[in-house]
Order: sequence, then structure tokens, then C-alpha cells
Amino acid sequence: MINAILVFNNHGKPRLVRFYQHLAEEVQQQIIRETFHLVLKRDDHICNFLECGSLFGGSDYKLIYRHYATLYFVFCVDSSESELGILDLIQVFVETLDKCFENVCELDLIFHMDKVHHILQEVVIGGMVLETNMNEIVAQVEAQSKLEKAEGGLSAAPSRAVSAVKNINLPEIPRNINIGDINIKVPNLSQFM
Amino acid sequence: QDNIAVKANAVCKLTYLQMLGYDISWAAFNIIEVMSASKFTFKRIGYLAASQCFHEGTDVIMLTTNQIRKDLSSPNQYDTGVALTGLSCFVTPDLARDLANDIMTLMSHTKPYIRKKAVLIMYKVFLKYPESLRPAFPRLKEKLEDPDPGVQSAAVNVICELARRNPKNYLSLAPLFFKLMTSSTNNWVLIKIIKLFGALTPLEPRLGKKLIEPLTNLIHRFLISLSSGMPNHSASIQLCVQKLRILIEDSDQNLKYLGLLAMSKILKTHPKSVQSHKDLILQCLDDKDESIRLRALDLLYGMVSKKNLMEIVKKLMIHVDKAEGTTYRDELLTKIIDICSQSNYQYITNFEWYISILVELTRLEGTRHGHLIAAQMLDVAIRVKAIRKFAVSQMAMLLDNAHLIASNTQRNGICEVLYAAAWICGEFSEHLEEANQTLEAMLRPKVTTLPGHIQAVYVQNMVKLYASILQQKEQSGEKEAAQEITQLMIERLPQFVQSADLEVQERASCILQLIKYIQKLQIKEVPVAEEVIALFAGELNPVAPKAQKKVPVPEGLDLDAWINEPPSDSESEDEKPKTIFHDEEQRHSRHRQPEIDEEELARRREARKQEQANNPFYIKSSPSPQKRYQDTPGVEHIPVVQIDLSVPLKVPGMPMSDQYVKLEEERRHKQKLEKDKKKKKQKKEKRGKHHRHNSLHTESEEDIAPAHHVDIITEEMPENALPSDEDDKDPNDPYKALDIDLDKPLADSEKLPVQRHRNVETLKSPDSEAPLVEKKSKKPKKKEKKHKEKERDKGKKKEKEKKVIEEEEEKKVILQDLHYKSSKHKKKKHKKEKEEKSKDKKKSKKKSHHSEEETTESVQNGTLDDEPLPPMSSYRLLAENPYVKMTYDIQGNLQNDSQVTVSVIFENKSTSFLKSMELNVLDSLNTKMLRPEGSSVHDGIPVPFQLPPGISNEAQFVFTLQSIVMAQKLKGTLSFIVKNDEGSTHEKLDFKLHFSCASYLITTPCYSDAFAKLLESGDLHMSSIKVDGISISFQHLLAKICFHHHFSVVERVDSCASMYSRSIQGHHVCLLVKKGENSVSIDGKCNDSTLLSNLLDEMKETLSKC
Repeated sequence: MINAILVFNNHGKPRLVRFYQHLAEEVQQQIIRETFHLVLKRDDHICNFLECGSLFGGSDYKLIYRHYATLYFVFCVDSSESELGILDLIQVFVETLDKCFENVCELDLIFHMDKVHHILQEVVIGGMVLETNMNEIVAQVEAQSKLEKAEGGLSAAPSRAVSAVKNINLPEIPRNINIGDINIKVPNLSQFM
Repeated sequence: QDNIAVKANAVCKLTYLQMLGYDISWAAFNIIEVMSASKFTFKRIGYLAASQCFHEGTDVIMLTTNQIRKDLSSPNQYDTGVALTGLSCFVTPDLARDLANDIMTLMSHTKPYIRKKAVLIMYKVFLKYPESLRPAFPRLKEKLEDPDPGVQSAAVNVICELARRNPKNYLSLAPLFFKLMTSSTNNWVLIKIIKLFGALTPLEPRLGKKLIEPLTNLIHRFLISLSSGMPNHSASIQLCVQKLRILIEDSDQNLKYLGLLAMSKILKTHPKSVQSHKDLILQCLDDKDESIRLRALDLLYGMVSKKNLMEIVKKLMIHVDKAEGTTYRDELLTKIIDICSQSNYQYITNFEWYISILVELTRLEGTRHGHLIAAQMLDVAIRVKAIRKFAVSQMAMLLDNAHLIASNTQRNGICEVLYAAAWICGEFSEHLEEANQTLEAMLRPKVTTLPGHIQAVYVQNMVKLYASILQQKEQSGEKEAAQEITQLMIERLPQFVQSADLEVQERASCILQLIKYIQKLQIKEVPVAEEVIALFAGELNPVAPKAQKKVPVPEGLDLDAWINEPPSDSESEDEKPKTIFHDEEQRHSRHRQPEIDEEELARRREARKQEQANNPFYIKSSPSPQKRYQDTPGVEHIPVVQIDLSVPLKVPGMPMSDQYVKLEEERRHKQKLEKDKKKKKQKKEKRGKHHRHNSLHTESEEDIAPAHHVDIITEEMPENALPSDEDDKDPNDPYKALDIDLDKPLADSEKLPVQRHRNVETLKSPDSEAPLVEKKSKKPKKKEKKHKEKERDKGKKKEKEKKVIEEEEEKKVILQDLHYKSSKHKKKKHKKEKEEKSKDKKKSKKKSHHSEEETTESVQNGTLDDEPLPPMSSYRLLAENPYVKMTYDIQGNLQNDSQVTVSVIFENKSTSFLKSMELNVLDSLNTKMLRPEGSSVHDGIPVPFQLPPGISNEAQFVFTLQSIVMAQKLKGTLSFIVKNDEGSTHEKLDFKLHFSCASYLITTPCYSDAFAKLLESGDLHMSSIKVDGISISFQHLLAKICFHHHFSVVERVDSCASMYSRSIQGHHVCLLVKKGENSVSIDGKCNDSTLLSNLLDEMKETLSKC
């Protein structure tokens, strides 16, 4: 079982956090911090496995990580997973991201966090590996984004939000605000829309 | 409309904030709103947010049950997928119970995408709702053979997780996995299966032998995961270890790490084969990678022997000095102690050396494991009598230099050692040479900066020391000196009386009074030493930690019985406060009256001492006594001298462990020389026979005699202690709940809860049932629907009561209304019941555990209990000779319309070993055996196993067909090699494989309405037969048709039943079976007339045998 999947950058800022057992937010952050410190002090050319002691509440757990440019991908797994297998899985995951985003970089992960999660959900669910074949994963992700596009997508949401604001009865907003002798004129909002 | 888009956007942002560590559980309700949006885009966001922040404690989660159910049954596979993914993260016991059935259905969804997700989620459901495991397991097992590799791997994944916790329940799956292992090419699946076998082999040694062959083939690819599942086979272990060595020497750090990891697994079972690689492991200790060093350390633990212990520990000590980073150093420290103390100090030959190692370890800066060292010191000093003198001198030294250890009290880990030191010096004070000096050291004012529990031990042991000094002085007649020492105690003790720690205070004030009393006696020149020493008389024995638990309950003692009659409520309310008050007062007075008579004091001390010895850490109560202490006013604050610890500490007089190593070597050398001499003498006598052996100069471990006679006292256990091994089981283990015997047949009560329509309850009441049954004969048109009810209620049929017919009309109307409302639900439910039942059936006939077709679906509903069916097997004899017997069964393949699978059971009837079995079939134009790519049509297929005498095993072969309307016969040959003591011979066995038309049918349940439509459609050909002389009951007859011809009963009325089945190529076959006096007539309808007539012929044959 995979217990957690963490992605953070070289400064320890979390970019993707996925725990497969419930932990309070503070505990999660604490774990991310400690994992970051554990991983940071390791050279690039030493092994990718790390015993994390009681960090996750069991000695059975192991950290398996890979470092790509500015990002660390850390999987916390128990003894039922094969170490090399997980390393491979990280590679698959990153390559999938790369395919889906076309040259993935840290910014992609920040601005499309939901999408990254969706991709991850095609690879691992509930701590168990769902699919390791990259083509299959990409196909499913693309089918879903197609479905999303057909619905208008979330990108349409901002414009809807604007229209929602439009529908608010603007005339009710006072045109002038008088506080003592300060007189503020409220600009006519409708012209911005 | 717009609103939900905004909300979804906001929830999406919240998810991001959650990642940054903000609690967003306040938005749980909004998340649910977004989850229930109709658009996939929003729904997905909602489920994502939910999966990140929902958990068992989220109370709104129960609101989602229906939403999730709706999404699970959505026609859009991605809606379902998203719901499943979300559910995997926040499934609760309630959700698991309510949705288990829905997820079970999804496990046989048409899309593999959904199937594999559903399979994986079942594991989560099992964890939360263990009752679902047994009903769901047969289907999970089916999924192991799913045509989609993804689903297959998911099922393997789940079963591996399950089996890892409770392997013994999954032993019966071993053959299936074995087949998968030899056929699968997916690395993931292979790794998982090998891990699974790793868990299974310890339980079933025979499995190990079987595994060797395929594993050796895989060894190059999967060496690492392999080692965990390696059977007990020395040759392969050797091979493994050699390969591992290559891995460890590899420059790739990952491989190195994994090599070491695998080594440690082998070490557990085969320490000898790993020990030869000690050099390599020690080399790894110098690696720059901490993970690798830790792994190597782990390995060392198993590699020590009497011979190399000192050497290894010496190396480790060097590493301790060099190591930077406290975690690694701590790890080293614990490992050193682990290594030395393992299996009751088995490998230690010289305890003086060990004590000095422990003392050296105390000089470590800032370690957290002071208590570990302390425990070791205590343990060794108590259990090894011979070492006490030495230990005491060392401990006195430690106490003398306490300031070095206690100097960094902030990280007070190491000062725990003083606790042990003080106790050892006090308890074994008779071995102390300069007791005065030690007592002085213990009375230093700086001691008061130590943690409370250590001070308490100090105080207690001071008295022990004092007592022994007193005795010494009195015996030698130095009264002055004796009084001096008393004076010293009286002067210094008050600093402890003022301690903030209760324990210290209490002990100190007690003792102070005692000593004042002694002083009085001393002034009167009364000899007191004897009496004082009597306080501490008696030997302490080490007691095993589990001893208390193992004391058997004496006979006739009922621990649950009340000692006194429990007082009534009103009484206790009145009396309780009083008694508490009373008690307290007593305690108070006792506290202020320290001059209790000596006997009482002695008794209490003895008791306390005993307690202390049994549990050296029981005083550890105050978390930061240090701080509190400094806050108390009126205490002398003596500045602690900070000593720079970076200067290497050479405490004068402290022996270095290194010198022991040298000594030991010398000693051994001497011993060896002596022995050699002896041996030489022997050799001269015996001449040369042992010459070779000696010249090798191997020093066997037994040759090393311990430095001095050491008797390690074993820990005491109470007499007639009950041996029980259940001590280490954790009752809270969540996986324990899944320890369920999966091979037992399902009981009715174990069905998954199915959503029921409320109205169903009213239908079930007995008085509405009676007219229902009667109605049937009168109103044939409504029969169909009513029939379903009848089936469901058949269990209650016996209680049938004849009711007044007047009520009938009324009820009929009501019932019909109810029926329309609930029919949809019932259909679902009905199907489920059927499936479960058939599974039940399958299990009960475990002997031929798959292949049993779904027998007598509806008929057995309820009636199964009254009339047990005779055991049936679908396996027919294929061929037989004195060596081997083959039976076979043919099953259609639902996923592929032109394939059938033939399962052949090979049974070895001879006493010889059968191997290299090869099965070949002469293909016809229509039917061909599916051979692996690249082999010609004339090649046989090797059977993937060998057969030891008396063993049977099953192999499956796939055949492709063009037309299925006719029965087929194929000629074939099985060739094999018979191997016995006399040699091996080549044998052949010819057979004829008969593909009956029934074998192309797949049992498919059908509902009566669909069935009626089908019959009405009119595009079916009709044919009928009649068989005379049938004597078996109709029930058995139907069962036979269902079983042998793969039909299912659509409905049955009295002695008439309609049945349905489908061929692999999609032909519908409908039957109407009527039973007359002594005959049975069968009318059949089918898309294809040839198929139908062939089928009916076959059926005639089966029936005529009855």
C-alpha cells in the first residue's frame, strides 16, 4: 500500500499532497516538513530509498523519492510494495504529467493542481496502484478532459462568475458615499462589464 | 446554474489551500453540493475536495450516501470512476456497509476501467466492513482470471494485500496464482505474486518446492523481490546470495540498497550463507549514504558470533566516534546494544569488556538512548554475578565523574545512566572499595540538578551505601568515623528534602529522620549497624517482564466475584465522600510523622526496593522536573560547570574497551596454543586422521571459553506459569478483523445488505402470503410477477395457511399496486440473491472448486434445505491408463464469442513421477487449439507442471471455434515421461475430446418479462422431445439440466418450468420443461434450429440416464 504521495519543490513548498489515511492538516504539514528535511540533505547520486522511522506512525514505512529539476516526488509506501516498482511508477507518473502538460514544470503543478490530482487518480487510487501503462493513463485522462470541454469546462466559470455579479442589482449600490465631509463617488460599475 | 460554477471554482481553490495546510472542513457542506452537480467537471472537483478533506469524523458524510450510489450507477463511466476514486479515500464503515453491494455489482461492469477501480476499492470496503469479505470473495477470485490485464492486476493487488495480513486463509488460491505466475508477463503482477508466495510458503512447505523451478527462471529479473519469497532450498539460496553480492558491489546505489535489504531477509532464515560476506557488509558501513549504512547495520546484527563480536563492535565504536548527525549515532548505539545483548548475551564472552563498552557509550553527546544503556547496565550487573565487583567499580567512577555526564542536562538522555550507576553502587555496596568517596560523590549539591526520578534513586541508594559504611566502621571499631559519616548525611540530606519532586522529598525526609534517630543511638554508643544493614538484607532476583501476567489463577478463586456485596446506590452516595476524607486525613498524619517504627519502615523499603528492581523505570513520572525545580525559591542554585565535550574525554582510570580486545586476543591465543598442544598430543596418538582439519586452523566457536565463569541468571518466572504465546498480539490490529475463513460456505445471514423497498416488508407477512399462492393457479396471466414473490417467500411456504377467500380480491389489488412500485428494486435484489446463492453453491462443492455452474438458481431458493441435491460434477472422464487419469470440463468464454476453455485435471495414479507432459490435439477445420505464437499447428502444448505420485493438478487449454451449432469431437494425444527408480520411459495416451453443444452455453439469468418478450418475438425455431421413464423428482431434474447443460430456471410452477440459456455466440435458448406422470417433455426454442436439435438430443441422453 502507498501511504502518501508528496510533491514539493526545492524549498519545501508543497505542490501535491495526497494522503491515503486521514491525518489532520497540521500533522500533514509537519510530515511534509520533516520529509523535506530528510530528503534535502541527501545527495543526488545516493540511493532513492529512505527509512523514515516513526514519521508515519509505523516502522514498516519507507520513503521512495526522485528528484526532478526543482521538484521532489516522494512516495511513502509499506513493505508490500516493491521499491524498484515504485521508482518506476514515479517515473511513469512524471512522464504522464509531461505528456499531459507538454513539458511539465513546477508552474503547471501550481496552476493546474486539480488536473494533476486527476492524473494521479488514474495511477493510484486509495493507496493501491491502478494502472502502470502510460498510454492507458493518458488515454483516460484525455477522454475525461474531452468530456470536460464538451461541458464548457471550468474555464467558462470565470465568465459566468462575472455574469453572476452583473445580475446583482447594481442600482442598489449607493452612488455616493458620504462620510462627514469626505465624498466618494462610486464609479458606474456597469461600464466595466 | 451559475452559482454552482462559482462554487466549484471556490471549492477548487479551497483544495489548494488545504494542501498548504489550512483546515477546510467547514466547507464540507459546500463540497457536497459541488459533488452533486450534474456536470462531470464540477462533480470531479467536488469529489477531489472530498477525497482530500473528508474522513470518518466528518458528520455530513452520511448525506453523500445516496449521491454516491447515484453516481456509481451513472451511465457515464467517468462519473462512476470519479465516485469510486473519491470513495476510496473517504469510505467509512457506514458507507462501506451501504455501498458494498453497489460496488460488487460494478466489479462485473462491462468497462474494464470501472472493473479495476471497483476491485481495488473493495479492499477499502473490506477494511471498513469486514463482513463483506466473504460474500464478495468469490467474485474477487473470478477477477483474477479477468481478460483485461488491468483488472487482473487489480485483483492480484487486493488479494496480496489481504493475504499479507492473514496468509493462511488464502492458501487455497495458491494453484491459481501459480498459474498466473507462469503465464503473466506483467512485471507488477509478477512482483505482487512473488510477494504473496513469500507470505504463503512459510505455511505450506510443499509450495516452496513447487516454486523453485519457475522462480529460478525469473531470478534474473526479480532477484530482489524474490529473496523474500524464497523457499527453503539451499542451492537456490546460494545462488541468490551470490547474485546479491554482485548487486551490492554495483555502483548503483539503489541496487546496493536493495541488495542489502534482500540479504537481511535471507539472513533471517539462512544466517550461515550470509555470514561469509561479512567483509562486504563492513565495507558498506563506510558508505556515504545513510540508508545503506543503516541497512548494513541491520545485517551485522545477524552476523555476529562469539568470535567476531568484539571486532565488529570495535568497528562500530569507531563509527560512533566519526558519525555526524544524532539520528545515525543513536541508531548505531542501539544496534551495538542490540548486537551485544541478543539472545540473552549469547555472544559475549567477556562481560568486563561489555561493561566498559557501555561506559564508553555514556560519553556520547546528546543521545536519546541513555535509558537503554542504563537498562543494560542494570541487567548485566544483576544477572551476571561475577561481574558485579567490576561493574560497581566502574559505576563508582561514573558517579565520581557525574558532572561530565550531567553537564548537558537540557538533553538529559544520557544522565539516565547515573540512575543505573547509583542503583548498582547502592545495591552491591559490599563490593565497593572506596564507599566513602562514592557516598561523597552522591551527596554533591549538583546532584539536585538531575531529573527527579534519578535523585530519588540517589537518595535511596545513599542509605544503602551509608549502611554498609556504617557496618564496616563499626566492625573495625572506628566510632569516630562512623559518627562523622552520619553527620555528613544529616548535613547534606536537607537539600533533597527541599526538592520539588515529591518522590525525592518523601524519601529524603524519611531517611533524614531515620538517620537522626541513628545518630541519637550512636551518641549513646549503641551498635546500630546490624539493624541498619538489615533494612536492605536479601538478594534480588531478576523477574521476567511477563512473569506477573503468567501467574496462574489459583483454583477456587473467582476473580469476577464480588468480595463484598455491592452496596446499593443510595448507600454509596452517602458513604463515599466520608471515607475519602477519612483516608486522606490518615495519610496526612502519616506523612508528618516520619518516625515510624523501624520494622514498618524496613518492610516498606523492602517492598519498594522490590518494586524498583522489577521495574527500573517506574519512577519516571515528571516530564520536566528540572525546570520546575529551578522555579522553586529557596533552593541553593549551584551553577553547573559546563565542560566542553568536544575535547576527547579521557577520564583518568577509566579502562578503555580496546585493551580488552587485546587482552581477549592474547587470552584466546593462549587457549588456542594450549589446545593445539593437546591436539598435537592427540594427533600423535591418532596419527593424521584429523590432520587436515587442524591445518585449516578453523577455530570453531565452541572453542572459545568465556574469560571467567559467568553464570547468566535466567529471569524468574512464577511456578507453574502457563505457557502462552498470545502476549504479543495486538488486539487493536485493524487487519485482524479480516482474518476470516474464506472456504466455509456462505451462510444466509451473511448476504450483503441490499437496499429494499419498504413495501417488501408488508408482502412478507404471512397472512398476505397465503392468498398469494392460491391466486396463482387461478390467474395465470399474473403468474409471472407473483411468482417472483413466491420464490422469495418460499422459505415460509411451509407455514402457508389457508385463508378466507373473501379477503383475496381485496388483497390482490393491494399487492399488485405494491408490486408495481417495488418491482424495479426487487429485480435488482433478486438478481443479487441469485448470484450469492450460486456462489454459495460453488463453495459448498469445493472439491472441484471452479467450473461448477450456477445450478438450479431460483429453484433452490428456500427449498434447498428440504431436499439436498445429489453431488454432481461436471468433469467427465477423458482418458485413463495405469499412469494417468484425465477428466475434463468445457466452459464457454463470455468475453470472446469463439473461444471455449477446456480444463483438464491430470491425476497421477502410478507411483512414479510424471513429467514433460505434452498435450496435442488434431485440429479440425472448425475447432482449433490455441497454441502459443510461433509454434506450428502440429506442436503440442506442454502442461505447465509435473506430477508427483498421487497428485492431481489442473491445466487449461483454450480452443477457438467457428461454428457452435454442432457437437464436435477432437482426437488428441497426451505424451509424457514416466520416471521411477528403474529409469524413465516415454508413454502416450490417446483421447477424444468431446465438445457437446451444452458446453457452448453460458448460464445467463433471465427475467420472466424479458423471457416473455423473447418468446413473443417469434424469430425462434421450435423443437421438442419427450423422454419416458423418469423417476427422479422434478427438482432434481431441473438441477440436472441446469448443471450439465448450463441453463438457469426462469420460473417454475408446480411441475412445469421455463429455462433459459445463451450460447457464447449469442443464441438464445428457451426451454419449457413439463413433467408428466412418468415422463418429461421439453419444448425448446432457439435462434438456430440445428443447435436446438443437437441440444435437445444431448438433453435426452442425460435424462434417459436418470
